[in-house]
Amino acid sequence: MKRYRSLLHRSSFMSAPHFDKYDAAPRQLAHTFSYVTPILLARIGLLLGFGWCLRAAADPSLNATYNMTRGVTELSHKVYNLHMTIFYICCAIGVIVFSLMFWTIIHHRKTRGKTPAQFHGSLKIEIIWTAIPVLILIAMAIPASKTLIAMEDTSRADMTVLITGSQWKWHYKYLEYPIEFYSLLATPRDQIENTSAKTELYLREVDKPLVLPTGKKIRFLVTAEDVIHSWWVPAFAIKKDANPGFINETWAKIDEPGTYHGQCAELCGKDHAFMPIVVEVKPPEDFDAWVNEQIALMERTKAEEAARGEMTMDELLALGQKTYESRCAVCHQTTGVGLPGAFPALKGSAMVTTDKAAHIHIVLFGKSGTAMQAFGKQLSASELAAVITYERNAWGNNTGELVQVNEINQMLSGELQ
Amino acid sequence: MKIIGVSHQPLLRKLVLICLGMFLFGFALVPLYDVFCDLTGLNGKTANTAAAPSTSIDEQRLIKIEFVANHDDSIPWRFAPEIPSIEVNPGAVNIVNFNVKNLTGNAMVGRAVPSVSPGAAARYFKKIECFCFVEQPLDAYGEKSMPVQFYVVPQLPAEYSTITLSYRLYKSQAQTAGR
Amino acid sequence: MSQELHNLVAHDLEPHADHAEKPKGVTRWLYTTNHKDIGTLYLVFSLIMLFTGGSMAMVIRAELFQPGLQFVDPHFFNQMTTVHGLVMVFGAIMPAFVGLANWMVPLMIGAPDMAFPRMNNWSFWLLPCAFLILLSTLFMEGGGPAAGWTFYAPLSTTYSNDSTAFFVFAVHIMGISSIMGAMNIIVTIFNLRAPGMTWMKLPLFVWTWLITAFLLIAVMPVLAGVVTMVLTDKYFGTSFFNAAGGGDPVMFQHIFWFFGHPEVYIMILPAFGIISSIIPAFARKPLFGYESMVIATASIAFLSFIVWAHHMFTTGMPVAAELFFMYTTMLIAVPTGVKVFNWVATMWRGAMTFETPMMFAIAFIVLFTLGGFSGLMLAITPADFQYQDTYFVVAHFHYVLVTGALFGIIAGVYFWIPKWSGVMYSERLGKIHFWCSVISVNMLFFPMHFVGLAGMPRRIPDYALQFADLNAFISIGGFLFGLSQLLFVTVVVRCMAGKGIKASDRVWEGAKGLEWSIPSPAPYHSFQTPPEITETR
Repeated sequence: MKRYRSLLHRSSFMSAPHFDKYDAAPRQLAHTFSYVTPILLARIGLLLGFGWCLRAAADPSLNATYNMTRGVTELSHKVYNLHMTIFYICCAIGVIVFSLMFWTIIHHRKTRGKTPAQFHGSLKIEIIWTAIPVLILIAMAIPASKTLIAMEDTSRADMTVLITGSQWKWHYKYLEYPIEFYSLLATPRDQIENTSAKTELYLREVDKPLVLPTGKKIRFLVTAEDVIHSWWVPAFAIKKDANPGFINETWAKIDEPGTYHGQCAELCGKDHAFMPIVVEVKPPEDFDAWVNEQIALMERTKAEEAARGEMTMDELLALGQKTYESRCAVCHQTTGVGLPGAFPALKGSAMVTTDKAAHIHIVLFGKSGTAMQAFGKQLSASELAAVITYERNAWGNNTGELVQVNEINQMLSGELQ
Repeated sequence: MKIIGVSHQPLLRKLVLICLGMFLFGFALVPLYDVFCDLTGLNGKTANTAAAPSTSIDEQRLIKIEFVANHDDSIPWRFAPEIPSIEVNPGAVNIVNFNVKNLTGNAMVGRAVPSVSPGAAARYFKKIECFCFVEQPLDAYGEKSMPVQFYVVPQLPAEYSTITLSYRLYKSQAQTAGR
Repeated sequence: MSQELHNLVAHDLEPHADHAEKPKGVTRWLYTTNHKDIGTLYLVFSLIMLFTGGSMAMVIRAELFQPGLQFVDPHFFNQMTTVHGLVMVFGAIMPAFVGLANWMVPLMIGAPDMAFPRMNNWSFWLLPCAFLILLSTLFMEGGGPAAGWTFYAPLSTTYSNDSTAFFVFAVHIMGISSIMGAMNIIVTIFNLRAPGMTWMKLPLFVWTWLITAFLLIAVMPVLAGVVTMVLTDKYFGTSFFNAAGGGDPVMFQHIFWFFGHPEVYIMILPAFGIISSIIPAFARKPLFGYESMVIATASIAFLSFIVWAHHMFTTGMPVAAELFFMYTTMLIAVPTGVKVFNWVATMWRGAMTFETPMMFAIAFIVLFTLGGFSGLMLAITPADFQYQDTYFVVAHFHYVLVTGALFGIIAGVYFWIPKWSGVMYSERLGKIHFWCSVISVNMLFFPMHFVGLAGMPRRIPDYALQFADLNAFISIGGFLFGLSQLLFVTVVVRCMAGKGIKASDRVWEGAKGLEWSIPSPAPYHSFQTPPEITETR
């Protein structure tokens, strides 16, 4: 150890160099150690890294953390294979080039004492090492083109789902069935704010997942309400931008039932990280059963709301607070104070304490040109009535006013008052 | 400090011209983009001018036309097609209505922007009469029906079996609240 | 000959002419038209900007250290990612390369100064103004720009705050600075080469900068155009990117990336030139395939104009367009690969020593190539659907920009600072800086490939639990990398203060070129009379 350390100290690795002394006698082995050892370690590290990547690809649990998913459609398998193929090609080229570099660093160093060669170039070699990469690329381009053309062929679909992204949630509408709903992040705010422990599905859960059948060609129409979003489900190898005012198409035919997670993949503002996608894929019979269940549920809910009549102040405040915490607090804050310059305060606001009609209007129809969305189509009439009542009475606003479902319905249906 | 005999002006002039040219090119990309989309029908933009009626009808083929209606938050109107989809023969002319209702107590003017998917099929989708980009005024709580008269060109390539016509309704930019 | 010129030339032939002439004090730096001073100004500015952008990166990595929101709210996080990108691209990397060009191009071609010395001064001083404006937006109500450095519409138009106006103004000023700088470089190289300095004798750093300068004047005006369209869409009622008015948000992306893709080549070509200067010097061998290196650089520049939509594969383009851009993007790997092979061939059968500039140059070759590999993977469109907007892309561009462009700049600084300052930097500190940087930069960016493949999108302040371990590791690497750069500052400051062994004229045994034929430190005015071209590059 002592000898090694003294060698190290005598090497120029750890001391100031004497640049005009290169013509002196050949250096000791120390120089080789001082330069080679770290470089050697680095090279070995790189090769180990590559090797470990290869192992990771084979092991499913490692694969999930470190590699792209194989997915559950025929095309996602093809995409995965393209990915691994180009990765292996890159590894091979890397190993060849870096090995040559490593060799030359060890053997063609000044301390070995040889004079440097003075060759300037070689047209032959240049042509070879231009042509070979071109051929490799052509070989890659052929399967890639085939897969791409297949991915963009949306014809002859069995069903269609219209996906609309907005800040910061997804809306799904089945064109063949009378089913449509919003799908929002279901992770509670306090988990995000670190006041309670995070559950396993942290940021990967939604209140209403998209439900799809296996074995059918499903066409997705993708658009957006406000800014550009992007609908991405890695298990289907689908990522399609949702452009406001325009419609994009993509498709999938899913082979295996299960629950698949995705995320918005285009920066869309403050809560871009908080609009996940969850798709539940069921065998066709279960899917049909789900469809019927949903339709029945919709009828029941409509009937219940109609039969409910008026709610008491307590009922409105309870439902209102719950709705407020999950849908409004993210901008206007739990305390109702908002964010100056960005989101107005509701506590003590003129509109909230005096102008009930304007307050209802802005909650239902939003305010154009601002971040305030139209919640009329996002929440049920009861939730709307409740949240407006809550806002008018919380944080010391205390107007004592109530808003009932029939007021909301009248506003929403545009019946003259 | 210049070396005698070399003037920088000619080269500098050329460079400034290139620079200005590229600046104008940036703006020229705007109409160029539209021209490219019109020529190829990419991006789902359909022609804004009315098409002439077709002459032949292909009885052997059925194309499904889907209708999607969205509206921006700024225009609280109910906006929906009367039917969600229709199967048509290429060449045959069909009319479908889109219904709008102003849900507020303010008179408003709306404007619908169309988009056809798949984008490459857009130029085979001809509209004889439509309400695209035309101002649509509605009184408070008013409603009306807006027709789209269209046909699919028989030369539509075989790989297309479904075309989606989507409208997005916006509040008209230059609207006034009168009428 | 003009009287002024005559006087200056006569003056300089006197001994100690440079000491008598060199101005002093603050006004020296404000009014200087000297290419060496302006080069120094650009380099110091870019180092400050590196730390400014770097501290924003530290905020980002601190927030991403664990899942959950600990330090900042998502809107501020978006401002951090946006301004980090803008500062690094326009404030650190580009000005550093301009600084190196200012210092070295006149020396390499035997010119007394740049063609337009006063315009040179304006080009520099516009930059601190522009960045003052940009950075001040972070303190305004509503915050700074938060739509990413790529500021896609309509997030950047309808849905942005009023910092947009300042952001647009700042970008315009930066653009004017770059364009003026580029024109200066082109005219200098065309018109001020010493007699005998023919095109095919030019050092590769000069060639790469010449080509970069043409790219700059071609695409910075397009950026100016698109940023003006954003301004008018937001404030003056136009509808370039607004579907309601007949516009198209995807058109923003086309115009932006038409600028954006050549821009990233603008940020790497000068680094290629630096590496092509360093490897031959330390291998004591001529650059392998000089002509092919020039042609490869020109091919890369040309191809860079026809690949832009590979940033837009998921926007819903027709298949024909996707295929076209896939092919051209794959093609651009070829000339880039050729350059790497040429560098290795330059090393082959040389007599190498491994001082700090050479270490950084070797690290550049290895790590930039890694970035090139992930770029090739991204080119494969169907696979790109899974990579786009994930950390895989973040890994790719940080490899090519940090271990690529930034390591190239650092290598160039170590290589040339003895010429600038007259003293050798501390080799010990340089080596420690090197190893700390290389290890920490890989800790920082290599795992990003994995989290991206595993499904983590970019531009998010919070993430699902399966990404937690790797993100923690990445954040540690980030902090270590940031700290390592303090070593670099130490090295540079010590040299600027004159602390170190006196450097010879040639400095490096294998260095060839006109810049090594003048004393170290380089005299305030050099090549007042054109030199004789004796040695080839």
